[in-house]
Amino acid sequence: MVKARQNYDGVAITAPFSMPYQRYSIDTAHWWIAKALRGSLTAANLKPSDLDGFSVASFTLFPDSAVGLTQHLGLCPRWLDHIPMGGASASVALRRAARAVQAGDANIVACVAGDTNHIDSFRNMLSSFSRFAQDASYPYGYGGPNANFALLTDRYMKEYGATREDFGHICVAQRDNALRYQNAVMKKPLTLEQYMSARPIADPIALFDCVMPCAGSECFLVMSEDEAAKRNLPYAMLGGAIERHNAHSEDDIQLRGGWTMDIDELYAMSNCTPDDIDLLQTYDDYPVISMMQIEDLGFCAKGEGPEFVRSHDLTIDGDFPHNTSGGQLSAGQAGAAGGYIGMVEAIRQVTGTAGGTQVKNASIAMISGFGMINYDRGVCTSASILKTGARA
Amino acid sequence: MTEPLTFPPKKDPQKRSATPTRPPEARSRASLALTAAAAEGRFALQVCDECQIVQYPPRDACMNCIGTDLRWNDVSPKGHLLAETTVQTSTKLFFRERAPWRMGSVKLDVGPLILCHIHGDCTRDSAVKVLNRLDKSGQAVLIAIPLERSDHMDDDPQLRALSAHPKHRRILITDAWNPNTPALARALLDAGAATVFVGEAESWRPHPNRDALASMANVEVLPLDVTDTSSVQKLAGEIGGKTDILINNARFLRPGGVLSRGDTGFARDEMEVNYLGLMRLAQAFGPGMCARTADGVNSAAAWVNILSAYALSNTPEYGCYSASNAATYSLSQSLRGEFRSSGLRVMNVFVGPTEDDWHAPLPPPKVLPQSVARSVLDGLNDGLEDVWCGDIAKDIRDRWRKNAKVLEREMTFGSDGA
Repeated sequence: MVKARQNYDGVAITAPFSMPYQRYSIDTAHWWIAKALRGSLTAANLKPSDLDGFSVASFTLFPDSAVGLTQHLGLCPRWLDHIPMGGASASVALRRAARAVQAGDANIVACVAGDTNHIDSFRNMLSSFSRFAQDASYPYGYGGPNANFALLTDRYMKEYGATREDFGHICVAQRDNALRYQNAVMKKPLTLEQYMSARPIADPIALFDCVMPCAGSECFLVMSEDEAAKRNLPYAMLGGAIERHNAHSEDDIQLRGGWTMDIDELYAMSNCTPDDIDLLQTYDDYPVISMMQIEDLGFCAKGEGPEFVRSHDLTIDGDFPHNTSGGQLSAGQAGAAGGYIGMVEAIRQVTGTAGGTQVKNASIAMISGFGMINYDRGVCTSASILKTGARA
Repeated sequence: MTEPLTFPPKKDPQKRSATPTRPPEARSRASLALTAAAAEGRFALQVCDECQIVQYPPRDACMNCIGTDLRWNDVSPKGHLLAETTVQTSTKLFFRERAPWRMGSVKLDVGPLILCHIHGDCTRDSAVKVLNRLDKSGQAVLIAIPLERSDHMDDDPQLRALSAHPKHRRILITDAWNPNTPALARALLDAGAATVFVGEAESWRPHPNRDALASMANVEVLPLDVTDTSSVQKLAGEIGGKTDILINNARFLRPGGVLSRGDTGFARDEMEVNYLGLMRLAQAFGPGMCARTADGVNSAAAWVNILSAYALSNTPEYGCYSASNAATYSLSQSLRGEFRSSGLRVMNVFVGPTEDDWHAPLPPPKVLPQSVARSVLDGLNDGLEDVWCGDIAKDIRDRWRKNAKVLEREMTFGSDGA
């Protein structure tokens, strides 16, 4: 019997901040990270010197890492982390930071993710993403993630009878949500007809199945509940968090993710069930991945994702609020910040500070992450459940 | 089924010629062993010595037992096409200019899942065979093809991009005098070559190949002396812009090592023809061919050197000739590097002793002209870099790879005299 994991009691997640995304930026990742960090510190009325823990996720800091950032930004943390897990980084950063706070290794940890997007920087990033991708994926049409996910979507559709309309439901609902989120890059409504007739990118994936690479950054703070209460900050509490890497490697094509190995534990730790979740933030680099998460996180059985999205309203006011800030599909994919967009939005939701995208009476949110197409599949998965600690 | 490739219309000089672009070249060191296998047309993957698990992508430790003894073995290329996509847009110029591009994932019978190019004749969810080929960047890539051959399957654009198939191409054979020239010309024409140019030195002297070449349609015999820079440049000026494949079979051969010759006269001739001849040809034809590697159906595709297998390890009976071939082999490696960024492929065909006068004192087996022609054709078709023609060439290759020093000692045993 594996030893039961300790709970995350006493930890507060607070001061969510999102820098408005830009399609292209002439600024650096350092600049974007500084902006988001300043945003969270200001929200919590803290100075940089008040931080003693710092966690960074970014693809475009090269040649720097979190280490270089400490000197660059003049920080002096006694706890430092760099999370190279892209879309899975938020829940991973959060659970590590939470443990540091619980153990007293750090009092106040800033978790930040940010990337810039120069013209051509997406192309350059692709070429050096991973060794297996370099050796065995990109020489085949250089479709980047589009091609990988096209294969996965192709197989998923065949295996479970999903149609392009089913994926379209997810994308169209997220665009509705994005129209209520002021920072979203996409400002125009999207109809199912537009989705269906969009330019093909890598069959069966078309334009609106793909995210728009952009520049942006996201940040939140982790501290003790006492600290948050003392500072009179609205905060969320962490019910549970899981991560898993290279799961189900025996599957020929990825039709499920590592969540399936740990999801029961996540609900048990969080003392809730799928029915209790008020809103879900999935990692939506492609709609098929969101559908897979809806299944693997226990909202329906494997293969029932298509029927689930047909029979539910995924908008903010619907019966299954999903990616309430528009997700990456409509708000844009700001590199590693794409792993944070759902987390930061979820903190706002359960603390009652989401403004235009606020789900009524949201008190339990689930955030799911997925990242790093190392060769033919995403290697990292993560998820966490946030609950209301103190509302604004 | 693949539609037969049609002969390209005459080029419009007002229009842009596609410039050479390449698919991604970067590979890990482990992956280069796949390239080495592709250079000879083999499908090989890493197999763990300890647990026998077949691995892909190439790696440095076993995915099953973390053992580090991974051996490249030839394995079954058969598998099943699981999923596919057609890439309509790519950030890489090479694919952008060639879109749409079909790729997919294949579950190999030996275990691993591979991502690969997909031949147009493959159908969804079907059994396929995977070829390991060199692409325009000179690196190994895998392509799935149907199990059954169809008539024009070599014309599939994705497969053709991985070969130097002679169909519709214009080819220069540099030496009309070489006994293998008529067989080469015949084989190339049979494979669909548009024109075969044949260089002829000392045109005033009759030679036995002249009638055979004159009887073939689409063969043009043109003056070319590879020891004469101006002759080479003159021919390049005439046909350099439409030479898609160059086959250098010019050869000067005399028996003997150092002591059996009284002077350096023959050695000088050997270097003039075999070594400097290649250099002159490359300087005159190379740049033009490099500029035309993306020029449509009849783009420049390959540079072929026909070498003696003794380029690898000297045989003192033909010691000076072997030495000139070793120099030529080394120069061909330089050319590979210099041509690399254009995508122009250098193919070396290593030939054992040939059936001709100068090899008469040697026992069989010997290589017939038809065998050389078949090796060249197979090599072009499969896009190879190294081709071994004849049993002796393969024997030398295997012994050289096993232990070059042992081979050297075996080749240089002294004789006790009569």
